[in-house]
Amino acid sequence: MGPYLWAALLPLNNPDHYFKWHFIEISAANAIVIVLMVLTFVAALLLPFPGRRRRKDQQ
Amino acid sequence: MSTSEIDRQWTTRLRRRTLGKLPPEKMLPDTQPSYVASWIYVFGVATLSALFVVIGTGCILAIFGPQWWHISSIGHFVNSLHLWSVEIFFFCMVIHLWGKYFMAAWRGGRAMTWITGMVLFLASIVTALTGYVSQTNFDSQWISTQAKDAINSSGGGAFFNLLNPGQMLMWHIVLLPLILVLLVAIHVLLVRAKGVVPPFEENAGADHV
Repeated sequence: MGPYLWAALLPLNNPDHYFKWHFIEISAANAIVIVLMVLTFVAALLLPFPGRRRRKDQQ
Repeated sequence: MSTSEIDRQWTTRLRRRTLGKLPPEKMLPDTQPSYVASWIYVFGVATLSALFVVIGTGCILAIFGPQWWHISSIGHFVNSLHLWSVEIFFFCMVIHLWGKYFMAAWRGGRAMTWITGMVLFLASIVTALTGYVSQTNFDSQWISTQAKDAINSSGGGAFFNLLNPGQMLMWHIVLLPLILVLLVAIHVLLVRAKGVVPPFEENAGADHV
C-alpha cells in the first residue's frame, strides 16, 4: 500500500518538466537540485556553528 | 650492521622522509584553528562520508549482481542507497568546491590540494557516467546512446566505448574507484600536511611578505 500511496502523491510516470530561456534548457529536477545547493551554501556561510563561541573563548 | 648501512637502506630513508613530510601530530591533530568551526568546512568530510557509503553499497551490489538489484526488494533498496549516496556525494562536493573557490583555497602553497580536488571532481563525473550506463536497464541504454556522440566527437570513443557494457562496468567498478580512492588519499594527506586554508582577513599581508 505504501509505495502506491507515494506514487499517487508524486506521479513520476510523466515526461520531465523543462525550463527554457533562450539557449538555456534545464529540467525541473536539475534546477531544484541547483537551487537547493545554493540555499545550503548560503546557510552554511550564515548559520552559527555549534560550540564556536566556546572555542573562541578558550583560545 | 653499521649505522651508515642502516642510514642507506631504502626502508630507513622512506620512513624518515614520510615522517618528515607527514608527522603523526599533523595527521591526527588534537586541535584545529578557530575559523574551522564553520558549517562550510563540514562539506568536505560529508563528501568523504558519502563516498564510504557509495563504496560499501557498490560492494554489496557487486556481490549479488544485476538480477538481484532489479528484482528483489532488498536489491532495490541497496541500489537506491547507492544512487542517493552518489547524489549526496555530488551535492556536498559541489558546495565544498564553491566554498574552497571563494576562499581561494590554493593560497599558501596549497595548489596541489586544489588541483587534486578538481581532478577528483572530474574523475567523479566519469565514474558516475560509467555507473549510469552499467545499470542494465532502459535508462542505461538511453544514456549510453546519447552520451556516445559526445565521447566520439572528442576522439575518446576509440578506447572508451559507451556502447560496450562490459568495458563500462569494468571502468566503473575497478579502474575509476582505484583512481578515486588514490586521489582522495592524496587530497586528504595534503589537507593534513598543509593545514586548512586560513580566512582572508587572518592572512592579510602574508602574501606580500
